[in-house]
Formats: sequence, C-alpha cells, structure tokens
Amino acid sequence: MLKPAAIVGQVILYGAFAAFIGYFATSPTYHQIPDDVALIKLSISHLGARECRKRTPEELAKMPPNMRAPMDCPRERSDIQLEVDLDGKDVFRTVLHPTGLYKDGVSTVYKRFEVKAGSHQLTVRMDDNLVKPGFDYVKDEPITLAPRQVMVIDFNPDQGGLFFK
Amino acid sequence: MSFHAALRNGTKSIFLRVEEAFDAPFGGQDNPLRHLGAMGLYLLWIVVGSGLYLYTVLDTGIDAVYNSIGYLSHEQWYLGGVLRSLHRYASDGFMLVMMLHLVREWSYGRYYGFRLYSWMTGIPLIWLAYIAGIGGYWIVWDQLAQVSATATTELLDWLPIFSEPSARNFISPGAINDRFFTVLIFIHLGVPLLLILGLWAHVHRVAHLDYLPTRRVMLATAAALTLLALFRPALSNPPADLAIVPGKLAFDWFILFIHPLTDLTSPALVWTLLFALTALLFALPLLPHAKAQPVAVVDPANCTGCDRCHVDCPYAAISMAPHPDRPGYQLAVVDADLCASCGICAGSCPSSTPFRRRETLITGIDMPQLPVNALRQQLEQALAQLAGRTRIVVFSCARGARATPLGGADTAVIDLICTGMLPPAFVEYALRGGADGVLVTACRSGGCDFRLGERWTGERLLGEREPHLRHSVPGSRLQLWLGSASDSSTLAAALAEFRARIETLGVANDRLPSYLRRASHHA
Repeated sequence: MLKPAAIVGQVILYGAFAAFIGYFATSPTYHQIPDDVALIKLSISHLGARECRKRTPEELAKMPPNMRAPMDCPRERSDIQLEVDLDGKDVFRTVLHPTGLYKDGVSTVYKRFEVKAGSHQLTVRMDDNLVKPGFDYVKDEPITLAPRQVMVIDFNPDQGGLFFK
Repeated sequence: MSFHAALRNGTKSIFLRVEEAFDAPFGGQDNPLRHLGAMGLYLLWIVVGSGLYLYTVLDTGIDAVYNSIGYLSHEQWYLGGVLRSLHRYASDGFMLVMMLHLVREWSYGRYYGFRLYSWMTGIPLIWLAYIAGIGGYWIVWDQLAQVSATATTELLDWLPIFSEPSARNFISPGAINDRFFTVLIFIHLGVPLLLILGLWAHVHRVAHLDYLPTRRVMLATAAALTLLALFRPALSNPPADLAIVPGKLAFDWFILFIHPLTDLTSPALVWTLLFALTALLFALPLLPHAKAQPVAVVDPANCTGCDRCHVDCPYAAISMAPHPDRPGYQLAVVDADLCASCGICAGSCPSSTPFRRRETLITGIDMPQLPVNALRQQLEQALAQLAGRTRIVVFSCARGARATPLGGADTAVIDLICTGMLPPAFVEYALRGGADGVLVTACRSGGCDFRLGERWTGERLLGEREPHLRHSVPGSRLQLWLGSASDSSTLAAALAEFRARIETLGVANDRLPSYLRRASHHA
C-alpha cells in the first residue's frame, strides 16, 4: 500500500512530466522569418543547351541507313550561368552544372533569399549555352512583396523562359 | 581519467542521484527512470493505438486532410480529439524517454561487450523515430507542416541524393496534389513498422524483458497524458499556404527542433552534427573501457541439464544442447559474447550447494574469477574465525553498498560479483556452520547492474524460485537488505539493527543443527 507522501510525490512527478511534455510540445512559439520580411525562392531546373553539328553528306553516306541522323549532338549539356540582382545589387551569381555521370541531366538550383517587404527591382539573367556569349534569358521587372510573401523565380521555356510567381 | 570517462561518470552520478530520489515516492519497480526502455515501449503502443484510430478517420487530400483532423479536435473532441492529443503527446514522451534511455545506458557504460548488440541496434532506431515523428507532422498539412516539409526538403537537398531539389515539391500552392498525402500516410505507417521491427531486434537478446512498465506506472502515465490532452488539446495551426511564410507557430521542440537549428546554423552544419553524432555512437564501443571479465564455464560432468541457469540468465547467454556424454540429458552452453560474467547462473545451479562433501566443490556452471568452491572455502574460513556473542555472515554485492568495512571479529563479509550468484544453500550452510545470522545485501529494487540479481535473490530466499532456501531455515536469522553504493552509510545501521534483533531472540530455540561437511554423507 502506498503511503500518502508517496502518492503526493507521484502525483507531483507525473504532473511535472505531463507539464514538461505539454509545454515543449507547443512552446515557445517559433517564428521562421520576421514579420516585415518576404521570401524570394529561386528554383530552376533546366537542361542546358547542346552544341549540335550538321553531318556532311559524306558522313551520312558512311553510316548505316537506319542511323543517318542529320545532326550530331553530344550527350553533354552546357553549364548554365545565372545571375540575380535586387535593386541593382548582385545577390547571387552561380554556374549550374548538369547532373549525371555523362553530364547529360538537368541543371538545378534552389536558393532562398530573405528580403524586406516592399517594392524592389528584380533582375534575373540566365545563359544556358556558355559557348555563345551573352544571356539568352533576362527578366527585369519591378516587384512588390507583401510581408511574409513567398515569390518564386522559375524557368519554363513554354512560358517564355524566366518568370516570377 | 579521460574526458569521456569523466563525462560518463559525472552523468552517471546525476542519473543515480535522481533515480534514487525517485525511489522514495515510486519504489524500485514503479520508478520510471529505472524502466525507461519499458516506458518507451508503452508510449509507443499509445502512439500506435491512437494512430490506428486517426488513420481510420483521416481523409487524404490537400483540404480534406486538414479538415478531417480539425473535425476530430473540434467536433469529436471527447474521443478523436483526445486520441489525437494522446498521439502527439505520447510521441513527444517517446522521444524524451528514448533520449534519456540513450544517455542513461551510455553513462552506465552499457555499450560494449555483451551489450554491444543492443547498443548498435538501438542507434538506427533514433533515426527511424525522428523520420516517423517529422513525417507525422506533415500529415496535418497546416502551417507547421508547411514549415517542416519545406525545411526538411531544403535540408535533404543539401545531400547529393536527388537530381532535382526536393524542395521544389513545396515551391508554390499548386505544387502538391492529393496523392502526396496517400504516399505520406504510407510512409508514416511504414517507418513506425520498421521501428517496431528494429525494436524487436534491439531487445531480442535480453531475457525476461519488461516489455511494459508495471500496471500502476501505465495507468498513471496514461492518466497524466489524458489529462494533458483534455486541458491542453493538440490543435492544428492555420492551414498551409505555400504562397506565404507562416508567422508565429506553436512548435513541437521534441520532434521538430532540427528546423530552428538549421535556420540558426546551416544544413551543412546540421548534417555534419547528425552524422558525427551517429558515427560517435557507433564508435563508442571502440573507446577504452573496462576489461571484460571471464565468462561462465560449464562443467559437463556436474551439469544435470536442469536448465535453471538457462532460465535465470538475464542476457540469454545460456542455451541447452544435448549432453555429449549422457544420452537423453542436456548440457548448458554459454555464449561468451553474450555472457555478462555476473555469476547469476552459478547461483541458480543446484550443484552449487556447499553441503556436497567433496573436498573441491565443482558445480555445473561456475565463474572462474570466483568459483563456488572458493566461496565455500572463504565462508568456512570466516566461520572458523568468527567470535563474539552474535556472529553474523554478510553476503554482499560488489556493486552495491560497501560492506567490507563492516567486517570484524563477529562479522564476516563475503563479497560476490552479484548477489544473484549466491546459491541459497550457502545461507543455511553459514547458519549450520556457526553463524547466528546471515545478512544478504543486494542492489535496490530495479537497480541491479545485471538486471535481475536482486530479484532472483529475493525470490530464491523466499522460496519462490529454484533453487530455493529450505523452509527449515528460520526467517528470523536471515535478513535481505537492498541498497545501492550510495546507501553504504546506512548498511552499518541495518547490520546493527539485525544484530540487536537476533540478540533479542534470547535462548535460541530455532537454531539449526550444526553441520560438519567432512563428516557428512553428501555426494
């Protein structure tokens, strides 16, 4: 039979266990970013360009008839150069490399930037064929970010290349 | 002393102090700190049981999952809401108990030798528990789930395992679909099943395992968590919206602490920390530690194949095999990798009785470092030297309260590897050899370093377990005293009290007839 003091002790200790669990299961609250900050997520997955060469008639003639593809394209994809400027200041510069053992996969990037909410000028430049000089895709436009808003910079050739959403 | 040893000893002393303080209100058997493994299993069953109910009522779909869980908390609070809260709080309790169990076992040095297997199989379970816990939060698909899903995938993307960043799956509101939740629930069921399978492996080399704590502890824990569920029900945060970053969130620090840690540092640091800690846990057994003691040795000529040692071994280190020389008989076989060198088997062996007349007492299973024959010789010498009005023999545990300082003209102290190695017949042998009383000291209830020494000793002396102390031995002349190393100071008082009690018996009419081994007819 438990003594009254032992019962009281057990009630206190079980209560402390429950209180400890209950408190740290919800508290203290967590705030991932300050209230006046928005998030820009740069998330691009894209296949770099390939430098294809047109086969000459002599080359095609030497090939078996069923394999006479007019273009000779290597498996390797080009690196992708990417630049992000915010309000005229560069915030991100990178060269993305294609994935895969033969460097024939997509090049990807995922990056998040915390910026003050409000109006900004956002510029993104992307070059997916480093053999050719200059950027193939440029998106430069003013944006207005609400506090805690998430804005995504993505790329889709079917939507005209770089886009913000 | 190395830094590791100092840290371990310091942590151990903290655990010991708290555990022993908890003995006061709980007692050894009900002390949750002494049964953290069983507590963890019990909390896991609460998680599984409440989770099964949640699974049956959960609708999978981006909005449906949030609404169906919200329905439980708001409309069916008395059942679904309570079970949801129990699911969460028992999960948190499981994490807490699991980490305490890990630290305790480490501090007690239970990670090498015969415990190596349990230690190694326990480490992956921590990963599985956290994978299951974090995944469980995603199912609710509220803002906390959003934070966790985004943060987890961003963390995973640091590792070169995906060709495309997995965080792209949570990039915008249209990025996920209903099927995602079907997969998520499949994972949330699969990982805990793996965890349970891993737990089976973790404990299957431990005999007489407490799969659950005592009924009293289970009821009290369930009551505490249910009250918590009623007074502070687990509720969802606002629904997830990938177009915004959630504001202040009620946050589960037991399971999701890794996200703030990542935000505060970097994925590289967090992975380095996680992998380094895991590697360290795996490597701990390689660090210098106490030298292994000689393991139990079976003597086929004296082993009767009774299987008591097989039954009593706390670590399933003994199996029974056909006797090589005696057809139809069995023979105990010791697995040296599993043997804890506790001697509990020697205490359980019926051949360990000191009443056997042989000059050299060879028992069926024995400890090379303290053979039963040496124990008998030690006892006989001590009995021959005892003098005084009340002569007492103390059989003490080397890992429990220090009894050696109590030795004197009228008190003989015989240290055992573990009190569980004391064959009960030694008590009668001491009384018939001239002792007026026998004091047997063992560790506190639930506090035996070899798990079952104090329990088996108590049961054998009370006649509840074989080999039992003969009923003709007067209980007034035997005292079983339980205490840890920190109780050494009170042992002297216990001995004095026992001596005084024997002295009040007056003219002894309960004395056993004396016994002279050399004149007896025992085999």
